[in-house]
Amino acid sequence: MTVQREIDFRDALREAMSEEMRRDKRVFLMGEEVAEYNGAYKVSRGMLEEFGPQRVIDTPISESGFAGLCIGAAMTGLRPVVEFMSWSFSLVAADPILNNAPKMLYMSGGQFGCPIVFRGNDGAGGQLGSTHSWCVEALYANVPGLKMAIPSDPYDAKGLLKTAIRDDNPVFFLESERLLSVKGPVPEAEYTIPFGQALVRRRGTDATIVSFGRPVHFCLEAAEELAKEGIDCEVIDGRTIRPLDIDTIVESVRRTSRCVVVDQSWPFASIGSEIAAQVHQRCFDDLDNHVHRVHTDDVPTPYAWELEQAYLPNARKICEAVRSVTYRQ
Amino acid sequence: MTRTLPVSDAGSTRPNAVPAKAGTSRRGLAEQLPAETLVGWLRDMMLIREFEVRTMQAYQDKKIGGFCHVYIGQEAVAVGCTAAAAPTDPMVTAYRDHGHALARGMDPRHCMAEMFGRIGGCAKGKGGSMHMFDKAHHLYGGHGIVGAQTPLGAGLAFATKYWDEVVNGGRSRSVTLCFLGDGALNQGAFHEAMNLAGLMNLPVIYVVENNGYSMGTAIGRGTTMAHDLSVKAAAYGIEAVVVDGMDVLAVYDGMKPLVDWCREECRPAFVDMRTYRYKGHSMSDPRKYRTRDEEERFESEDPIDRLVGHLERRKALDKESLAELNRDVKQQVRDSVKWAEASPPPPIEELFTDVYVDEWGPYRGTSLPEMLREDAGDAGSGKQ
Ligand SMILES: Cc1ncc(C[n+]2csc(CCOP(=O)(O)OP(=O)(O)O)c2C)c(N)n1
Ligand SMILES: [Mg+2]
Repeated sequence: MTVQREIDFRDALREAMSEEMRRDKRVFLMGEEVAEYNGAYKVSRGMLEEFGPQRVIDTPISESGFAGLCIGAAMTGLRPVVEFMSWSFSLVAADPILNNAPKMLYMSGGQFGCPIVFRGNDGAGGQLGSTHSWCVEALYANVPGLKMAIPSDPYDAKGLLKTAIRDDNPVFFLESERLLSVKGPVPEAEYTIPFGQALVRRRGTDATIVSFGRPVHFCLEAAEELAKEGIDCEVIDGRTIRPLDIDTIVESVRRTSRCVVVDQSWPFASIGSEIAAQVHQRCFDDLDNHVHRVHTDDVPTPYAWELEQAYLPNARKICEAVRSVTYRQ
Repeated sequence: MTRTLPVSDAGSTRPNAVPAKAGTSRRGLAEQLPAETLVGWLRDMMLIREFEVRTMQAYQDKKIGGFCHVYIGQEAVAVGCTAAAAPTDPMVTAYRDHGHALARGMDPRHCMAEMFGRIGGCAKGKGGSMHMFDKAHHLYGGHGIVGAQTPLGAGLAFATKYWDEVVNGGRSRSVTLCFLGDGALNQGAFHEAMNLAGLMNLPVIYVVENNGYSMGTAIGRGTTMAHDLSVKAAAYGIEAVVVDGMDVLAVYDGMKPLVDWCREECRPAFVDMRTYRYKGHSMSDPRKYRTRDEEERFESEDPIDRLVGHLERRKALDKESLAELNRDVKQQVRDSVKWAEASPPPPIEELFTDVYVDEWGPYRGTSLPEMLREDAGDAGSGKQ
């Protein structure tokens, strides 16, 4: 019997990129500090040695410039992987990543696609303050033409990133600094994870909790806590936001009749509100209560530790929402 | 014959010297080409001029919607630059793009039909006047956001180099031409792109179609060092040249050695291409910000008239063949308008195609426009 190998989230990301670069010369990595520095978060450690400076490319601090450059390259059929040190810094590249990449195929009437991956840390890293703690999912998922994936563990990080690199469309790949050192089982053998297939991480009958990325862990934590109180939760990890696997969510909510959405971005016009709207539309007659939502508070991200903790979604807030949606309080 | 370079009243008064290092302009290069080649350029310039005249009419007739910017006055730039580059060298430009599309070889039918919002358009009517794409002719758009095409141009140059060197294990062989207006000089994206091109040794030529104005803003009101734009390039270690964009022979003489140099050295370059747009910025511009006097001065140096004069002096063109060219071009443009009118609007299903390459949810995958389909021809959408 072979013991399952365990690796870090960051190693899983690197394996995905390296394997794809080995199998396809069209794939290259570009970003700030990705080559000689080994990556600001060491995700690309060792890749420069293996692939050389033509394929692992350091850039100056010019997000708009290098994002646009890679989009131009992708128009010719190359498959760039663009690392943003943080998605917070992608805001200065909003025009190329939102106006060019996801619309090129449409605006050119099917002539030029844009097979590109933008990846980097999303969400609060820990006392980084408002400018550095962006959750871009709601902001960017609004745009048709792009796909968006948010892995929550090393297995998904690798499998989804490989799929992202092979996808013919622009993919926004949202990682979390807080997950980079988390370990998990990742098989040695090749695998990919299709987009648009949510994963039921915990089976349950009393309420469905839906989340993406890092907060999935808070949901599982909350589910354990609630189990002690006799509330049996189903936890769904959405994995990708575009395409959204609403069918898996709907199927679950029809069984549990209650739904809580946990979203690490702001509540207004968010992924949480989108899922709530779709669940209300599809499960109106099945619901025992309206969909409850757990978000970060509707304020800029604060610096002070106590304030930041109060602001972020956590297991306690999720427990409260589930108790409320199941009329247990 | 010496001639001072054209400048708008508000712009430069003294063109900077052409640096000797990067493919120095070679006077007389174009004159040595066979007369048929130059007559071909003349035809292209006349075609663009006539096409734009009909574009303005169609816009007045409300057959074209949205924003529409015509290229009249600047024809020598697109035609001369296209001639200096190889047909496979990528080109990318801004929204004043009809001239580049036609110079590159797009059938005017598809260009007109695109503006008419018809399925026969180069982008099936999904892009419009500002977004002309032609994969077969290596035209990577038509981009509506001022300056947005400049990082894309760096990326196209990066890509040709990467394909040649990394994927195919050879030597970089292409040069990308990235056109921009003088207004784009003030966009951050342009400066990031120039820095990246300089750092990464990208074979891209930034051709600034310096027509002296961005909408109503004279270059000197919006751009520092407007009298010597080469300093912008110097800041990024990029060679710069100044070219008379009102004379197609001068455009070729300036661009051909530069294109050759960029290809050979795998280095970027920058061109201050002095030109002038005769018409307003877009279709709704009364041109209050400049004098009629200035306009007449440029119109008196019209690039089409000048090439005609040159060919007549060489006895390569007589009145009759010029008249024939004229008739021919008019006929072709009339035909493109008819063809565009006959092409149906895109079927409603097109709303959901070309969003993603693959099919999922409401999305219906992608398909090429008629222009690129092998079976495309007169039997296509635009029946006459
Ligand atoms: C980012 C952005 N800002 C403003 C505009 C509106 N706009 C369109 S064209 C234009 C003037 C650009 O002038 P220039 O670059 O000199 O090109 P020209 O029109 O002379 O060809 C402006 C302000 C735009 N399209 N994009
Ligand atoms: Mg201008």
